[in-house]
Amino acid sequence: MSVSAPSLPQTHHHGKPLSHRIGRLLLYAVMIALAAWFLLPVYLLLITAFKDFSEVSLSRMWDLPTRFSLESFDRAWNGGQGTTGMRGSFVNSVLLVVPATVISCLLGSMNGYVLSKWKFRGSETLFTLILFGMFIPYQSILVPLVMVLSSIGLYATLPGLILTHVVYGIPITTLIFRNYYANVPSELVEAGQIDGAGFFDIYRRILLPLSAPGFVVVAIWQFTSIWNEFLFGLIITNDPRLRPVTVALQNMSGSQFTQWNVQMAGALIVAVPTLLVYIFLGRYFLRGLLAGSLKG
Amino acid sequence: MAIARPALATSALRRRAVQRDRLIAVLMLVPSILAIAVFVYGFIAYTAYVSMSNYTTARIDLSFVGLDHYVRLFGERRFQENIRNLIVFTLFFLAVCLVFGLALALMVDAHVKGESVFRAIYLFPMAISFIVTGVAWRWLFTPGDLEPTGINLLFEMVGLGFLKARWIADTSVWPNLEVPWLKVRLMVPMAIIPVVVAAVWQMSGFAMAMFLAGLRGIPEEIKEAARVDGCSEWQMLRHIILPMLRPVTLSAIVVLTHVSLKTFDLIMTMTGGGPGNKTELPSLYMYELRFSQFNTAQAAAVAMILLILVSLLTVPYLVYNRRAQSVEQ
Repeated sequence: MSVSAPSLPQTHHHGKPLSHRIGRLLLYAVMIALAAWFLLPVYLLLITAFKDFSEVSLSRMWDLPTRFSLESFDRAWNGGQGTTGMRGSFVNSVLLVVPATVISCLLGSMNGYVLSKWKFRGSETLFTLILFGMFIPYQSILVPLVMVLSSIGLYATLPGLILTHVVYGIPITTLIFRNYYANVPSELVEAGQIDGAGFFDIYRRILLPLSAPGFVVVAIWQFTSIWNEFLFGLIITNDPRLRPVTVALQNMSGSQFTQWNVQMAGALIVAVPTLLVYIFLGRYFLRGLLAGSLKG
Repeated sequence: MAIARPALATSALRRRAVQRDRLIAVLMLVPSILAIAVFVYGFIAYTAYVSMSNYTTARIDLSFVGLDHYVRLFGERRFQENIRNLIVFTLFFLAVCLVFGLALALMVDAHVKGESVFRAIYLFPMAISFIVTGVAWRWLFTPGDLEPTGINLLFEMVGLGFLKARWIADTSVWPNLEVPWLKVRLMVPMAIIPVVVAAVWQMSGFAMAMFLAGLRGIPEEIKEAARVDGCSEWQMLRHIILPMLRPVTLSAIVVLTHVSLKTFDLIMTMTGGGPGNKTELPSLYMYELRFSQFNTAQAAAVAMILLILVSLLTVPYLVYNRRAQSVEQ
C-alpha cells in the first residue's frame, strides 16, 4: 500500500498508525460492497438465463442453476411458443448501426475540420446552434418526423431509421471531432497552405492521418448510442420485421407468453455487443462520454 | 527586390486559392446545416404550431385554436401527476447521482489497488441500454404477491426482512398532501423510488467519471501544500477539492438533469408509467397521446412543455460555454 501512495513516501506500511490501516480496510469493504451492488443485476441475469425451464421459479430466483442450460437463449433467439425470437431484430440492429455509424463519422469529421480549421464569421454561433440539437427531447420532433419520413417514403424503413440517427447524431459527432481537431496545431494547416495544398489535400494529408483515435471515439459512441436507442426504433419501425433489438426486448418483456428467464436471456443478448466494446475499448468509450458534456 | 514581384504574384494567387478553399469549407457544412435547420428547428416550429391547432383526432386539422391545449393540460389531473412525478424523479435522481458519483470518484482516486477494475465496474451500466436495465430491475423490484420475490426475497434470505416493500407495485403517495387548487396529491409517489434506484445504478458511473476527470485536473502541488500546512483530509475536501470541482459539477448537473427530464425508455420497460400513473412522466404521456389516442395537438403541447423545461436548463449552459470558449481563444 505504501508503494501506491506516492504523496507519503516517508511512511512505511508498518509505520502507519492503526487508525489509518483500519480506514483503508473500511474503504476496501465499502468499495467491494458497492461493486457487488453494481453487479447484482448482472448476476441475476446470468443465473436466470442459464437455468433450464424446470428450474425457473420466482420463489427460487436467487438459487444457482443446478445444471447449465441454453434453453432460454434458444427460445429468446429463435422464438417459439408465443415468443418472437430476437434473431431477426439482431440482424436489423446490425444493418442499422453499421451504416449509421460510418456516415456519422464521415459527416462529423468533415464538420469538425471546417469548424476548427476554417472558422468564418458566425461559425461559432452556428456551432452552438448545431449543439442545441443534442439536448432536445426527441418527443418535440416526433410528430413532423413521422410526417416527413412518410412523405418521402422512408417511414417504416431501415434507411429512414438510419437517416434519423445520422441527422440527430450530427451535434455530438461534430462536437467530438471539432474538439479533437482543435488540438492539432494550426501551424500544420498553414504550412500546408504555403505548400499550395488545398482544402481537401490538407484534410487528407494532414488531418486524416492524425484522426484514428477521433474516429474510434466517435464510432464507439455512435455504435453504443444507436444500438441502445429505443424511441426512434419504436416510432419509425412500426413493422415488426424491422424492429431493432431494444424494441424487440421491450416487446418480449411486455408479453404474457414469454417466461421471465427468456426475457433475461433476451436482455443479455441485447447487452453483449456494447458490453464487449466497453470491455475492450473502454478508454475510448469514456472519452466519448466526457465529450458529451461539452468541455473537450 | 527583383524577386519580390513574382513572390507578390504567387501570394495573390495563393490568396485566391485560400478564398476558394474558404468557400469549399462553408459548402461542406451545408448538408449538416440544412439537416439541423429542418430536423431540429423546422420540426420544433412545426410541433409548436401543431400544439396550437385543432389536430386532436386521426384527421389532420391545422386550424388555429391558440393555447387551449396548454390550459387544458395544466388543469388535468393526469398531467399534474406527470409534473409531480417529473420533479420528484429529477430531484432524487440528481441528488443521489451527484453525491454517490462524488463518493465513488473520491474512493477510486484514493490510490487503491485494482483502481481500474473498480472504475470499470462502476461505469459499465453506462454502456448498456436503458431497456436492458429496465428488464433486470423490474424483476428485482417485483414484490411478489403470495411469496416474496426479487429484492424482497434477497432481503429475507439475509435477515433484512423488515426492508421488504411493495416497490413498483406501491400505489401510495407519501405524505399524500392535499392542496386545494391542485387535482393531485403531493409529494413522493413511492413507486418512483425503485425507478430512481435503477436510474442511479445506470448513471452514477457517469457522474463518477466527470468528478474523476475533475479530480485529476487538480494539481498535486496544491494538495501537497495544504498537507504541509497541516490541513486535515476533511478540510482539504471542504475547502480545496470541492471548490475546484465546481465547473465539473455544473456540467454534471446540466447533463444529468436533462437526461432525467427526457427519461422514457427506462420507465416504459420498468413500470410502463404505472401503477395508476404513479411513475408516468410527460415523455410517456406524449407517446400515449400521439400514438394511442391520436390526439396529436395535445401530444405536441406536452412535447413543447418538455422542450421548454429542457431549454431553460441547456440554453444558458450552451451560451455560457460559448462565452467561456471565446474568452479562452
